[in-house]
Amino acid sequence: MAIGVKVMRRPERDVSYVRATLKGMALTFRHLLQPKVTMQYPEEKSAEGWRIAPRWRGTHRMLTDEQGRAKCVACGLCPTICPANCIKLVPGEDEEGNRYPLIYEIDEFRCVFCGYCQEVCPEEAIHVGVHYENAEYARDRFVYDLERLCAQTHAVSTLWDPADPRGE
Amino acid sequence: MTPELKGFLLFSVLKMLVVFTAIMVTVALLTLMERKVSAWMQDRHGPNRVGPGGLLQPVADGIKNFIKEETLPGFAHRWLFLLAPALAFIPAATVIAVIPWGAPLPLDVDFTLGPLGRFTYRGALPLAIADLPIGFLFVVAITSLGVYGISVAGWSSNSKFSLLGGLRASAQLISYEVCMGLSLVPVLMLSGNVALGEIIGAQQAGLWYVGPLFLSFFVFLVSGFAETNRLPFDLPEAESELVAGYHSEYSAMKFSLFFIAEYANIVTVSAMVTTLFFGGWDIPFTRWDEQGGALQTLATHVAFLLKVLFWVFFVMWIRWTLPRFRYDQLMALGWRFLIELATVYLVVMAVAIHVVERVLGLAEPRVAALVYTGLNVALGYAVFFVIDRGLIIRGSRQQAERAGRAPARPPRVPVEV
Repeated sequence: MAIGVKVMRRPERDVSYVRATLKGMALTFRHLLQPKVTMQYPEEKSAEGWRIAPRWRGTHRMLTDEQGRAKCVACGLCPTICPANCIKLVPGEDEEGNRYPLIYEIDEFRCVFCGYCQEVCPEEAIHVGVHYENAEYARDRFVYDLERLCAQTHAVSTLWDPADPRGE
Repeated sequence: MTPELKGFLLFSVLKMLVVFTAIMVTVALLTLMERKVSAWMQDRHGPNRVGPGGLLQPVADGIKNFIKEETLPGFAHRWLFLLAPALAFIPAATVIAVIPWGAPLPLDVDFTLGPLGRFTYRGALPLAIADLPIGFLFVVAITSLGVYGISVAGWSSNSKFSLLGGLRASAQLISYEVCMGLSLVPVLMLSGNVALGEIIGAQQAGLWYVGPLFLSFFVFLVSGFAETNRLPFDLPEAESELVAGYHSEYSAMKFSLFFIAEYANIVTVSAMVTTLFFGGWDIPFTRWDEQGGALQTLATHVAFLLKVLFWVFFVMWIRWTLPRFRYDQLMALGWRFLIELATVYLVVMAVAIHVVERVLGLAEPRVAALVYTGLNVALGYAVFFVIDRGLIIRGSRQQAERAGRAPARPPRVPVEV
């Protein structure tokens, strides 16, 4: 025998291999008849005992006001705090002196989904969303512009609340 | 050519076409069945995307395998590498020729086919392609040729994993060939014939041989698993140690041929278990199926297929229940247990048959079969409940103990939970 072969101790004299096999076969046959617990994902998106957490931080969504304009006032806090540097913001100003984003783009590939942008936003405009179906056919489709961010309809994340650390 | 010869040839060719096509389709469906059964046993659904309930999955797999790239490793032995899949597939396909798929079909036809002339066939048409008088000897002989495909594939790939797989396959198949042959000798003694039709007839007169020859059945089944390289004995491909064993270097249809051969072998083993130990096409508790006739042929055919289907399911059931044996355990089981068991059993049954037939003179086959069944129940109890205490599979522990390396077994202490 080669050097260093680890010999497993097995309770050989106390077991019957044939009966153990039959027991195993009974077990697998019981499972054969059991109802399946698989969720058929693309058709079925929620199942008993399965839900996506409200604190989930997924792709972003920009909330809009009653006129359908983005709530963003281009204060520049989110690109400043963003640790991944994935938010591109060019501010603009209309005749009345209201600031608004001329360009607002988020590169979802660079984003680390920390949720700081939502936390820091004074206008509750930018949010991370409770959303996970992000497949695209081209890489550049992952840079979400303002129009696209406003058009998202999925739920927004509640983020982590220090007063309720376990989400209860 | 006489019309009789032409009729015989015509029906033989027809049977070949039908059986070969049916086997190929069955093999494709068996891959689906394997995946479904494994999924159900693991509380999953299995393939269910292609076609209704996943029924077209084999078609998708087939198309995929046809359009995949055929790789030919530069370091491989070109001709043997190309030959090996065929060497594996041909014996698997050949053995199917002798399987009796149903009761003989009574035929009385006489017709003319244009320029081919007159065809006649009178009498019972056996539902085996070739109703060979050497019966299961042919099966044992040809299945043992299957090892060439695997070991040639392993050697010609010129890769260490393939080579190890091929070596294991040769050792394993040769070892279990012995058990398989020995386990079939009692069948020969009891039925007095090797032809499959005669064996089925003997079982119809007496009992199915699973009762009178239970231990033979057990040994045959276990060595059948080993012969088809199915889990728990799939050491030649053992993916956790050998990548994919002997077919590591194969791709596309060449790989598929190994797969088809494996499933064809499963069908063969299931059909042999059915024929030799479960009455073949016999329908139990009735003599109606022995009268002969088209309807009887159809019914017995369905009965045979159902039995084969059960054993195919059984093979899959075992596969998804038991883990793979270690290589020394596999060899220990074959050489230290099954061969001894088969040999001792052979002697015991020979004595029993002599006593029952010559000394006691029991002529009625049912009564004699019941006596053998009683004997087998006692033997089975002795083997599975008395001897089977760590003796069927002896691991390397004994060797280690002998070498004084492993400490003696510690006393068993009850653990408080």
